[in-house]
This record gives sequence, C-alpha cells and structure tokens, in this order.
Amino acid sequence: MFEIIDKRQLSEAVFEMGVLAPRVARKIRAGQFFIIRTTENGERVPFTFSDWSAEEGWIRFIFMRVGKTTHEISHFEVGDTIADVVGPLGVPTHVEDLGRIAIIGGGVGAAVAYPVARAMAAAGNPVTVVLGARNEDLLILREEFEALPLERLLIVTDDGSVGEKGLVTAPLKRLAEAGEIDHAMAIGPAIMMKFCAATAKEHGVPCTVSLNPIMVDGTGMCGSCRVSVGGVTRFGCVDGPDFDGWEVDFEELMSRQRVYVDDERAADAEYSRGCSCDL
Amino acid sequence: MRSVEPDPVEAKPRHRPSRAPRTAMPERDARERAGDFDEVALGYTEELARAEAMRCLQCRNATCIEGCPVNIDIKAFVGHIIEGDYEKGVAVLKERNALPAMCGRVCPQEDQCEIACVLAKKGEPVAIGRLERWLGDYDLACELDKRCVPEIAPPSGFRCAVVGSGPAGLACAGELARLGHAVTIFESLHAPGGVLTYGIPEFRLPKAIVESEIFMLTEMGVEIVTDAVIGATYTLDELMNEEGHDAVFIGSGAGLPVFLGVPGENLNGVYSANEFLTRVNLMRAYEFPKADTPVARGRKVAVIGGGNVAMDSARTALRLGAEEVFLVYRRTEDEMPARRDEVHHAREEGVKFKMLCAPSEIVGRDGFVTGLVATRMELGEPDESGRRAPVCVMDSEFEIECDIVIVAVGTRANPLLAQAAPDLERSSRGYVLTDDEGATNLPGVFAGGDIVTGAATVILAMGAGKKAARAMDRWLADRAIEV
Ligand SMILES: Cc1cc2nc3c(=O)[nH]c(=O)nc-3n(C[C@H](O)[C@H](O)[C@H](O)COP(=O)(O)OP(=O)(O)OC[C@H]3O[C@@H](n4cnc5c(N)ncnc54)[C@H](O)[C@@H]3O)c2cc1C
Ligand SMILES: Cc1cc2nc3c(=O)[nH]c(=O)nc-3n(C[C@H](O)[C@H](O)[C@H](O)COP(=O)(O)OP(=O)(O)OC[C@H]3O[C@@H](n4cnc5c(N)ncnc54)[C@H](O)[C@@H]3O)c2cc1C
Ligand code: SF4
Ligand code: SF4
Ligand code: FES
Repeated sequence: MFEIIDKRQLSEAVFEMGVLAPRVARKIRAGQFFIIRTTENGERVPFTFSDWSAEEGWIRFIFMRVGKTTHEISHFEVGDTIADVVGPLGVPTHVEDLGRIAIIGGGVGAAVAYPVARAMAAAGNPVTVVLGARNEDLLILREEFEALPLERLLIVTDDGSVGEKGLVTAPLKRLAEAGEIDHAMAIGPAIMMKFCAATAKEHGVPCTVSLNPIMVDGTGMCGSCRVSVGGVTRFGCVDGPDFDGWEVDFEELMSRQRVYVDDERAADAEYSRGCSCDL
Repeated sequence: MRSVEPDPVEAKPRHRPSRAPRTAMPERDARERAGDFDEVALGYTEELARAEAMRCLQCRNATCIEGCPVNIDIKAFVGHIIEGDYEKGVAVLKERNALPAMCGRVCPQEDQCEIACVLAKKGEPVAIGRLERWLGDYDLACELDKRCVPEIAPPSGFRCAVVGSGPAGLACAGELARLGHAVTIFESLHAPGGVLTYGIPEFRLPKAIVESEIFMLTEMGVEIVTDAVIGATYTLDELMNEEGHDAVFIGSGAGLPVFLGVPGENLNGVYSANEFLTRVNLMRAYEFPKADTPVARGRKVAVIGGGNVAMDSARTALRLGAEEVFLVYRRTEDEMPARRDEVHHAREEGVKFKMLCAPSEIVGRDGFVTGLVATRMELGEPDESGRRAPVCVMDSEFEIECDIVIVAVGTRANPLLAQAAPDLERSSRGYVLTDDEGATNLPGVFAGGDIVTGAATVILAMGAGKKAARAMDRWLADRAIEV
C-alpha cells in the first residue's frame, strides 16, 4: 500500500499528487514512468513522474481526469492509500549534448515536460519551452517552468486567453525556420505530437516524442503498447516511451488508443452514477 | 498352520492389481462449462482414486519414475493410496514436488510419467496425474496444522533473493527456506504465481489452489515482495550489494510475446495470448466493469497456434461469449504440442480446428480487425525436429471472418533482464546460460525455468528451481568456510 502525502488541483480536471514509494523513488530519471493500480479491482495505468525525492522517498505525478481510473483517483485524499505503484519503468529521456532544444508540452503533457526540461537545462542545453493549452484555466505549471533556467518560455492557447493565440506548432515553426533550435521534443496528445514532428521534419530538425499507448504490465510482457516506428513494431513500455517522431506511425497510435472507448465510457458513466462530484 | 508370528510387512495383503479400464475423471458438461470460468475437470473422489490406484501393478522395475522429470516415486505414492495412507502419499510427492495439486492438473503426463508406465503399451497407463492431483487436493483440504509441511533446517544466517514468482521461483524459494535460508521473492506484477496466475486460466487451474500453495510458502517464512521489477526497481547488483542478499536465483520466465510479422498485426482486436490471458486472468476482465480492465469480447475469434497457450486462449474466448472460435494451426492435430486433454476439451466445447493453415495477413476496417487471411499448407519432409514441415499450397489463400485475432505462437526472453545485469551471460536468443546445476557466470547468481530453457513446462521449471536451490545452498556453505 502506498500512502498519498499531498494533493493539489491545478485546473478543473488536472491534479497533482504525491505518494510515498521509497523503493520506486530511489533512482528515477527524467522521462520515466510508473504504473499504479488504485484498488484491488483497479486497472493498471501508467503515469509519468513529474517530480521525486530519493532521500525522502516520495514521487509526484500530474494527471488529467479523462476516465474511470483518473476520476476515481481524483477523489483520493491525503492519507488514503493506492494499492500498487510499480517502477521506475521505461528508458529515461536522453538529455545530454542535444544543443539548443525546444520542448513542447501540450495539455497535461506539460507535466511530463517539466522534469525533462529541468534535466535538459541542468545538462547544459539551452532550452526553450513551449507550453500549450486550450485556455488559461487549463494551463498548468507555469510558475514552475518560470523558475527553471530556460532560454525562453513561450505560451500558446487555442483561444488566446493567455500568451499567443493558436497552436504550438506556430512557434515551433518560427524557431526552426530561424535556425534557432537543433532538436525538438514534443510531449502531449498524439495529434499534437504528430504535427510537431511533421513541422520539425519539414525543417530538418530531429524531434523526439513521448508516446502514451495503452499498457497493461509495462514490462514488455504483453505487447499491448506496441507502436510502429520506421515500419518496425516496438514496445512503448520497454523500448520507449521516447521515440523518433519522424518515424512514428501516429495514425496507428491514435487508432490503438481508441480501442476501448465504448467500454471506458460505460465504466466511467457507471462510476459517476455512484459519485457525488459534478463530473 | 504357521507356528511363528507373521512378519508385519508380510501381513500386508498382497496387492492384486485390478484389471478395470482406466478410471475416467468426472468433468462438467461441455455446454455448461463453456459458459463460465469454473474448473472443467472435477477430480477423482476417494473411491475413484482408490479404484484407479488399484490398477497399478506396483512393478519391481517401476519405469514410470524415469518418465517424470523430477523422478517422483510414483510407485510409492500410488502404493500409499492403495493402502489408504494418504498422508504418506502426500509426503512422497512433496519429497520431489512442492506443488502436486498443480502438476497433477497441468503436467503433460501423456508425454512424461504416463507414457513410461508399463500399462501404456496396452494404451491404458495408470492415470498418474489424476492421482497426484487427488492427493495434492487432499493435502490442501486438510487443516493447516495437519498439512504436510517440510521440516525446516535451523537458520543459516544467509539471505537469498528470488527473481520471479512463477513455478521456478516458487520451487526454488521453498527449497531454500527448507534449507534454513531467509528468502525474499521479488515479483514485478502485483500478484505472485507467474504463468500459473496470469496465464493458465481458472477453468484449468483454479487460482485458489495457486494461492494456497503460495500461502504455504509464506508459512515457511518466505517473504514475497510484489511490484518489484528487477532491472528497473533494483538491479541484480543492488540486490546483492545494497539489499544484502548472499545469493540470487533468476526465474523470470520467457515473457516477451512473439508476433507473426504479417501485415495488419497492430489492428485493434489483435492480441498476443499473453495480453489476452493477462487481461482476463490477472486483471479479471470477465468481471468488467466491476473490475476496471476491459477486454474486447469477439463475436468470431481466430486463435493462431497449437500449444497449451493457444488452447487456453481459444477456450477463454468462448467463455467470454464468442459465437465461433477458430484454432488456426500450421500443422495437423497430431503435431499440436498442447496437452491431449486440453485439445479434447477444446473440441468438446466447440472450438473449430482449422489445421494446415498459415496466417498471411490480418485485414480490417477503420482500425479494427475484420478477418484473417490464411494459406493452406500440406506436410512435406520431416525437418530438424523430426516433425514434417508444413509447406504452402499455391494459390490457396482464403479469409476467415473474425473480429478478434489472438497470436499464440511463442515467446522470447524479456529484455528487462539485460538491464538487470549487463554482464550476465546469455545465449544469442537472450536466454540465460547456466551449468547443469543452474549456476550462471556470475558468482552467487543462479537461474532456472523458462528464462534458461525457453518456454517449457511447469514441472521442468520447478525441477530447475529446486536443483538450483541445492546448488545455491552448497555455494553458500563453501563461502561460509572461506570466510
Ligand atoms: C508512458 C505513459 C505515461 C503517461 N503519463 C501520464 C501523465 O503523466 N499524466 C496523465 O494524465 N496521463 C498520462 N498517461 C495517460 C494515462 O495513463 C491515461 O490517461 C489513463 O490511463 C486513463 O485512464 P482512465 O481509466 O482514467 O481513462 P479511460 O477512460 O480508461 O481511458 C481514457 C484514454 O486513456 C488511454 N488509456 C486508457 N487505459 C490506459 C492504459 N492502461 N494505459 C495507457 N493509456 C490508457 C486511452 O487512450 C483511453 O482512450 C500516460 C500514458 C502512458 C502510456
Ligand atoms: C497460457 C499458458 C498455458 C500453459 N499451460 C501449461 C500446461 O498446461 N502445462 C505445463 O506444464 N506448462 C504450461 N505452460 C508453460 C508453463 O507455465 C511455463 O513453462 C512455466 O510457468 C515457466 O515457469 P517459470 O517460473 O520459469 O516462469 P513464469 O511462470 O513465466 O514466471 C516468471 C515470473 O517472473 C516475473 N518476472 C519477469 N521478469 C521479472 C523481473 N525483471 N523482475 C521481477 N519479476 C519478474 C514474471 O512476472 C512472472 O511472474 C503454459 C504457459 C502458458 C503461458
Ligand atoms: S510431476 Fe508431472 S510428470 Fe511427474 S509424476 Fe507428477 S504428473 Fe507425472
Ligand atoms: S509403471 Fe505403471 S503400473 Fe508400474 S508402478 Fe509405475 S504406474 Fe504402476
Ligand atoms: S505494456 Fe505490456 S508489453 Fe508494454
């Protein structure tokens, strides 16, 4: 059992949670993820570490309420326990000697981007962060990013309620055209990563993406997480989650992410019926 | 009239073998059982077990024993059933096999102990597996303090780590504990048991049996840490140097699913057998939405392969409500490596066998599977394995309409282990190299089960785990002298 030690609501549907998991916290590196099971009946779902302390034995993650499990865990409070926490899993993000890098974090992807940006900057790369959200209310971690030693922080919203109005690909395109970046990294919804990778490719800029296929074990045992990269089937959990964005088959990824939509909707509807919150 | 008291041994009535045919094991009706996940084979009653045991000739040269990979003294345990001394029978089993209730259920007896029974020549060997199952269940049904628990040696002061809680790891841990060592099992999933828990379905191996066998180990002092992935949570080096383990056993199984490499394989609805069975067995997707994990329930399901894994997948798909389940296999039924009983059960339950068919493509619409394209095969010359190799029949492609495809064509070694110990010697295919006793090239590190042999059987994995435990014990003793 893993105890929740802090909880914060970052926006209407986005939460941050800290959990005591000393065994897991020992040697996490940026870009890695873990798997939780909320209860004995729970599904195994992956989340990325947004922060951690090996000394104090805690991990933190940021999640968006999208379905049954994330809804359920949004109701967990400090002092409650989570049945299982497994990790750290996945290959850490490569952070050294990338040169001038643009990290694009879309939506809850900002949470994944944060430790990566921190590690990239600490490794001496000049880092530009582009944060994208639908509107100001959904923009998360702005202060945290502002506190990092970044080259620049650019903010983009769909409705222009804060920062530049439009999509994250616009600043990416400008940076690439001006020859101001050597490498891009896109983290967010598959559709956003797809367009970021395409934009970067047009300008010959390598683009790493952090994929989020559906997983079960997260240890290479089931193949649920398979993605096509350069025409070859790879396992997201053990070969990734980072891949070369130029080569990823995003259409397939998006299709595979939708495989259980009907079941998921039914499960969340069922759960929400017994739930007093407004969602 | 005899003048002296008879010798007590002689007083035992001479065993007169019965000539009855092999005793059938009661099973649930095929139609009824295909609708739920309860166990199919009900097991002998005491009367049936006695009747079957009576068929044993108690041969002077009991060839059956050679047929069992761990050389259980079959003649002796069957003899104890004949005498009605079941505790003794259990003790004989447990000398060699810590988990008889499981092996009695899942061993491929027809290729092992039973084929070596003298009565096999006449086609009706003693049903050794069924008798073993009955004794194993007898023991499990006893009150805890009456159960046969091996005597535990005084504490040795050594600590051992076991990676993986499949049959290899469980058997190794049990033996190490018996020899007086402190044992911790590290398991990457949230529940112990390996394939016994996530792979072999409830209807063939009830999870309550797996759980009670594992409970016995914890009673013997074995500690089980779940959610610990060796290679991620700890490296092997950390297990030994930071966590203070004096020796390590690796029993991580052959867990990486192999796909076919045909077009369409990443369509929605295509599963590896590992994923399909894990969703259903470990995550209890059949209880969705009470349990949170979904699984696609197909209307028409095609399962590719001919082993136990394929049979289990096909029969599971039926139980999830599929109207039709096809088993697509490249060779013929005679070549199928699955246990005979399971092939028979699958057929009875309505699985349709499509033999001599090799899949060449999976087709779909809007990202979801709609069919499996297969080519007809015929058997050619025998290959290296002695089996006749299937060859394609020209222009024989046809499509099987289906919405789920389950690929059960084998597994390979999981790459996580490489991360756990980069200098551990492995074969070109990733399996760990060991000597006959299970020792690897690293001092104090042993291995056994599927991670050494490639996908094999429960009893072989258990045999390897137990053998390695003894080698570890000797290694630890030698080291103690050196120190
Ligand atoms: C490596 C990785 C890292 C991730 N990191 C984060 C993170 O830091 N924060 C965050 O909010 N989300 C993250 N996700 C996504 C997160 O796992 C899903 O949002 C979550 O599983 C949804 O579960 P649910 O029951 O609430 O929703 P559901 O209604 O079950 O699903 C909603 C959608 O989430 C995806 N999903 C569902 N089940 C799984 C699963 N078992 N594995 C992966 N995806 C699934 C599917 O696309 C699905 O359509 C990550 C995913 C991966 C693979
Ligand atoms: C569906 C199916 C049906 C089968 N039917 C039969 C049958 O009827 N009869 C028969 O004899 N055999 C059968 N087999 C084969 C048999 O189950 C295996 O040969 C046997 O389980 C191998 O045992 P093992 O202990 O080596 O590995 P496994 O049972 O695979 O156990 C390995 C364990 O190690 C864990 N693990 C892996 N990597 C790590 C890591 N890095 N850190 C921590 N833990 C780790 C895994 O999660 C797993 O729990 C079947 C197999 C399957 C899949
Ligand atoms: S362990 Fe398996 S092979 Fe050995 S006697 Fe028992 S059923 Fe037969
Ligand atoms: S070979 Fe067959 S008949 Fe002979 S002792 Fe063994 S089980 Fe009994
Ligand atoms: S999640 Fe099972 S192999 Fe990646």
